[in-house]
Amino acid sequence: MKAVDAVIIGYGYTGAIMAKELTDAGLSVVVLERGPQRDTGTDFVYPRIADELKYSVRGDLWQPLAGETVTVRHRPGETAVPYRQYGSFILGTGTGGAGAHWNGQQWRASPNDLRLRSVYEERYGKKFIPSDMTIQDYGISFEELEPYFDHFEKVNGVTGIAGNIKGQLHEGGNRFEGARSNPYPSEPLPSILSSQLFAKAARELGYHPFPVPAANSSKAYTNPYGVRMGPCNLCGFCEGFGCFMYSKAAPQTTIIPVLKGRRNLEVRHNAYATRILLDKEGKMATGVRYIDAAGRQVVQPAAMVVLASFQMNNVRMLLLSGIGEPYDPASGKGTVGKNYAYQMVSSTTAYFDESVHINPFIGAGAAAQMAIDDYNADHFDHAGKGFVGGALIFAGATGGRPIAQMQLPPDAPRWGSGWKSAVRKHYAHTSSVATMGSVMSYRDRYLDLDPTYRDAHGVPLLRMTFDWHPNEYKMTAYTSARAAEIVEAMKPQRTSARVLKPGDSYDTRIYQSTHNTGGAIMGTNRSNSVVNRYSQCWDVPNVFVFGASSFPQNIGYNPTGLVGALTYFAAAKIRSTYLTSGGALVRA
Amino acid sequence: MKTLFILAILGALALFGATRWSDLHAGAQPQPVKVDAALIARGAYLARVGDCAACHSVAGKPAFAGGLRMATPIGAIYTSNITPDPLYGIGMYSLADFDRALRFGVANGQTLYPAMPYSAYSHTTPEDVAALYAYFMHDVKPAAVAEVENEIPFPLSLRWPLTLWRWAFAPAPMPFALQANDAVLRRGAYIVEGLGHCGDCHTPRNAGLQVQAFAPIDGPAYLSGALVDGWYAPSLRNGDRTTIGAWSEQEIALFLRTGFNPHGIAFASMNEVIANSTQFLTDDDAIAVARYLKSVKDPGPGAGAFTYDPATGQALKHGDAKARGAMLYLDNCAACHRPDGKGYQGVFPALAGNPVVASKAVDSLVRIVLEGMQTVRTGSTPAQFSMPSFAQRLSDEEVADVLTFVRTSWGNQAAAVKPGDVKRSAAVASN
Repeated sequence: MKAVDAVIIGYGYTGAIMAKELTDAGLSVVVLERGPQRDTGTDFVYPRIADELKYSVRGDLWQPLAGETVTVRHRPGETAVPYRQYGSFILGTGTGGAGAHWNGQQWRASPNDLRLRSVYEERYGKKFIPSDMTIQDYGISFEELEPYFDHFEKVNGVTGIAGNIKGQLHEGGNRFEGARSNPYPSEPLPSILSSQLFAKAARELGYHPFPVPAANSSKAYTNPYGVRMGPCNLCGFCEGFGCFMYSKAAPQTTIIPVLKGRRNLEVRHNAYATRILLDKEGKMATGVRYIDAAGRQVVQPAAMVVLASFQMNNVRMLLLSGIGEPYDPASGKGTVGKNYAYQMVSSTTAYFDESVHINPFIGAGAAAQMAIDDYNADHFDHAGKGFVGGALIFAGATGGRPIAQMQLPPDAPRWGSGWKSAVRKHYAHTSSVATMGSVMSYRDRYLDLDPTYRDAHGVPLLRMTFDWHPNEYKMTAYTSARAAEIVEAMKPQRTSARVLKPGDSYDTRIYQSTHNTGGAIMGTNRSNSVVNRYSQCWDVPNVFVFGASSFPQNIGYNPTGLVGALTYFAAAKIRSTYLTSGGALVRA
Repeated sequence: MKTLFILAILGALALFGATRWSDLHAGAQPQPVKVDAALIARGAYLARVGDCAACHSVAGKPAFAGGLRMATPIGAIYTSNITPDPLYGIGMYSLADFDRALRFGVANGQTLYPAMPYSAYSHTTPEDVAALYAYFMHDVKPAAVAEVENEIPFPLSLRWPLTLWRWAFAPAPMPFALQANDAVLRRGAYIVEGLGHCGDCHTPRNAGLQVQAFAPIDGPAYLSGALVDGWYAPSLRNGDRTTIGAWSEQEIALFLRTGFNPHGIAFASMNEVIANSTQFLTDDDAIAVARYLKSVKDPGPGAGAFTYDPATGQALKHGDAKARGAMLYLDNCAACHRPDGKGYQGVFPALAGNPVVASKAVDSLVRIVLEGMQTVRTGSTPAQFSMPSFAQRLSDEEVADVLTFVRTSWGNQAAAVKPGDVKRSAAVASN
């Protein structure tokens, strides 16, 4: 293969952003995408895409786990077993990656998320943070990232109401957000009834509800690349599906259209990267080895490698390639695989009488939902609470799909005529309030290569060692209780709740969140992180790693906004400095 | 009897001889001009205006190397290589040869198939012909791509009858002279009647396959809409609701540059015309084209102008879907085209007041529903939007019903569509 200036592994959001930025800069770029080519007009076609069984139950757009998956165990010393059926989280594949079938909740991180350890130490003292909690600062300030949050919102046509423009607080927006330079590119869609009831109750309790920032366009919108989006019609088929309306932002909706036909860009689908190749000294990457659709081993030489796959695959690729030092939980040394984290979610369901027409089939992944941010990050006083972190509390409906979104009281029969009458009674009159809680990073929660299981090509799988820590049980107990109070104020006939409690172990069978983070974390020096603030590997400076793998600990928000901002932030530095001078962008 | 036979032979020979003579002596004697970068650039622009690439460039092959298959009633022909390759292209052409092919329809001593719109190109100015020649000779890369043999069987493959066609139907090439005082109007006419060859699709043809009119002066058939390859190319005249009479100059110009305006959207081969040609029109030329089209007025009131009627949108909003096809519209169309029929500007086209919806011929409407379509990608509109095919989802009767609803709602007042109007090609047969 002819050498190119850059090879990008993965054609999801970060891969598409980097393909745009690097080809804009005039580089010759090859993208290796392990999955098939997918586009709206060919693959997300109405009405066939609105097929719950095919897409959100059987996961037609997801990575087939029979070929490659991850193994999971709760603690060191156990034997991990493969994640063979989808449950806890979803792995994307193909054009757009998970960005093709996400919900479109595009949040910014809270300013204090980016310097979490410093914030807690300054406010509550060093002893507040448990000794095995390995959280750290990113080494980037919110102010530095703000222009890139802003740009990514414009690219994706995000709708919302600003709560803080240049320090000025605005009613109806999120008063806890960091100061933004601009309002959202578009007005939000009107709230649906379930969000209205939630917002009213939250307001009564003294909270500050606002529309969830939604990459579900509310009008015909043109992004900075000249790409137009159609308006969301609240069809209720976001997560697990591609959007047939061109309203949910996805790489193929908002970025890839401008890349088509670029002579300095070649996208190879069904190209399964297995290793980033290094020079003899292991100091520089020389290219990427991959397996093509015909099963052939191919080497693509490149002057620069952009690792832009999902969080887990990013970590796996670094471990397989021998880049950086693998993390050792016994000694705490090494960084690759360190600080894997997740999210802890809960839901409280409100069952109304039949006069309240929730009609959950009117919904979207993000549009028309409402949230409060009062109990997230460090937006509230943690003194005496005994935990670090918090949760977003939000309400609305992502859809009322019949198989997986039929919310019935826990005592309703599971089948037969009793089930049917429960469905008749509750389907149109039920709504939920959810929490999305941050999970901190710990010394004994990490990723490494599995010693037993291999993928279809014989390459070792990634192994996850993860279970909950007491901090998170406390976090969810506290934030879920606040959510339950709001639900009570919505005055339903009855309620039910699903909240994890001490003693509940991480259960991969139940869907919780695809916001997996860490393993190739960002930090201020080479001993505490894999990448510097520009997502550049400390050890191999011509390798850049993008995605939530760089989060040192998790946040109480959906990660895509922060992932995009970190990518654009790095791209600007790469274009202004790296492409001319090369080498390390931060002195080690 | 014998005499008659001899006479017939002699007559045929005379005719053949005359066509030979005509083909060999066609053309003028243009004087070569000095070639410079400005002339080449002008030629490149004119090649866009003339949309040479539409037929002479094929995806995946070198630009202008020809090879596009074009079906004709007597068999398929393939477009020629017009790169300056000396063997396979036009590298050996003099300016006079080039002019002869472009305006007179004669190349290498033979009359061209009239798929080459030389009748329209015939009044291209000598300066513009020289600019085009300079562009093709100096800026187009020579490509050694051999011509593909036409698939016309003998004796239909004889070329001399084409000369008779040319004598009968092609206007004698004349310098362009529209006696309009308005320079903008003159420029618009020059583009639309000439290099733009809009009439080749939008003007109906007679039994001899010749277009019925080359200019407004030839009568109201000019640009009045025509069937082309199973699609209905709508009327470009300034007339009733079935024409683009309601479009402003700015809206016409916007359509030429992006394939979209508040009234409608481009489809079928117009998408290629926009992608290859009209998106590159200068602002002045796009407005000139628009002003000229506005000047091509229909004589009578026709079906009248469109007036939006909010009743349909109100009915659908209040759950009233009793009208024929209304429920089908809600289930299949309303998400994008909206219950109010107005769509979303720049993304999903309006159906209310859309002249294609109002056209007498329903061919395009039926095909769009059955086959789906994709919007055109231009430099200023990089995103392409797709409408899916509904062939597998809707029966002939349902297609007729939903189109009838669309044609009679929001103020649209076109005739109902019958199930018999829904003709499925093999590609979209229901299963």
